[in-house]
Parts: sequence; structure tokens; C-alpha cells
Amino acid sequence: MVPTSYYVILSAILFGLGVFAFIFKRNIITIFMSIELMLNAVNLAFVAFSQALGKLDGQVFVLFVIVVAAAEAAVGLGIIILIARNRQTLNVERVDLLKL
Amino acid sequence: MTAPLVVFFLLAALAVIGAVSLILQKHPIHSALSLIVVMIALAGLYLLLGAEFVAAVQIIVYGGAIMVLFVFVIMLLNAGVEEHTSISKMAGAPGLLLVVALAGLVAATIVRSSDSIETTLQTGEMSSTPGISNMIFKDFVYPFELTSFLILVAVLGATVLAQREKS
Repeated sequence: MVPTSYYVILSAILFGLGVFAFIFKRNIITIFMSIELMLNAVNLAFVAFSQALGKLDGQVFVLFVIVVAAAEAAVGLGIIILIARNRQTLNVERVDLLKL
Repeated sequence: MTAPLVVFFLLAALAVIGAVSLILQKHPIHSALSLIVVMIALAGLYLLLGAEFVAAVQIIVYGGAIMVLFVFVIMLLNAGVEEHTSISKMAGAPGLLLVVALAGLVAATIVRSSDSIETTLQTGEMSSTPGISNMIFKDFVYPFELTSFLILVAVLGATVLAQREKS
């Protein structure tokens, strides 16, 4: 039996890597993928606690998170296509219309 | 070391390597493939936790649908190698430290609060799929129906956003 804390630590590591990628990557698609990585890390914690407590609420929540992630991916990629079409770049440094 | 522990460490190493590779790769398509590795490893971990249904959904929806969408958009936009613009090395080192601190803080907090849970650890023999279907269609039936509206709005929004403007 694997202790729950191992899963939680792995979840925190993956979340940290997701935050790192979100901050340091310059490509807007990769930044979007790092958001998905963070969502996955949280899902792992959900399922680990669901199993530790012997309740299924956590797994149901994971299903909702996956649904929201799918909707988010559809809308987000639509926005990315729009940005790429209007500004001819995927680099977030060059999408600085609001910057003073 | 028992067999589940060995499997856990193999899958955990695979997930972490995939996540690090996502950061190190320069081309978005390589990052997307790394993310698929992370998702498959996580599906294996869900199986290890006794959550078969979530594992199947993880592979079908995340590894399949969402990542295909990503790869499709990368190819549609012909995304090239990430160009390197002014990320200062001075800001990079403290940023890395802060990310490590964040992960440590999150892990420490949750592990400390989960100490009370450890003692009541279940053996994970329950078959979860019938229980999940019961919860979705009884306890969570309204949120479940609301997600269909969410999907509908997302589909409409994506269509409106991505359509070519009529000139």
C-alpha cells in the first residue's frame, strides 16, 4: 500500500513544475499546456484523498474538473487562433497591447 | 519494497520526467508529446489508486481528445521553435527557488493535514465505477446537467471566436 502522502507530494511537485512552465515559457500554446498540467496535478490529489477517505466524492469532482478542462481547452485554443491571426505571433512577449 | 510501491515510483518518475521535458523542450509539439506522457503516467497512478473509471476517462478525454486538439492547433498555426526573448537570468534563479518553495509549502501543508487520514487508510478494494455513477446521477445530478450547458456555451464560444470574419 502506497502512503497517501507520497501521492500528495508528487501532486505538489507536478503543480510546481506547472507553475514554473506557466511563468517561464514564452509560447502561448505551451503556457496553455502548463495549465493543463496543473489541473492534472490537482486531480491526482483529489483521487488520492478520495481513496484515503474511502469516499467517491473526490473522483466525481475529478470528472467535473476534466469536463471543465475540455471546455476551457476549446475556448482557449479558439482565443489562441484569434491571437495568432491578428498578431502573427505566438510569443506572449509580443502580445503587449495593454502594456504602457 | 512491495510491488505497488515499485510501480508508484516508476510512474511517478515517468510523470516528473515528462513534466520536466515539457519545460525543457523548445518546440511546442515536443512539449505536447511530453504532456501526453505525463497524462498516461497519471492514468496508471489512478489505476493504482483503484479508480478505474477516472483512469479510463483520463486517457480518453485528456490523452485523446484534449491533446489531439492541442496538436491540431499547433499544426494549424504552424508553430515553430519558441523564440527566446529577454527572460533575465537574475529573475530566473529566484523564480526557480520560489517555485520549489511553493511546491514544498503545498506538500507540507497537505501532508500535515492528511496525517489524521493516514490512520484510517482504506484498502482500496471497492469497485468505484457503480458508486461513481450512483453519485453522478443522484447526488450530483444538477451539477452534471449544468456541465452540459457549459459544454454547449464552450462550443458556441469556440465557434464564434475561431470563425473567419466576413469582410
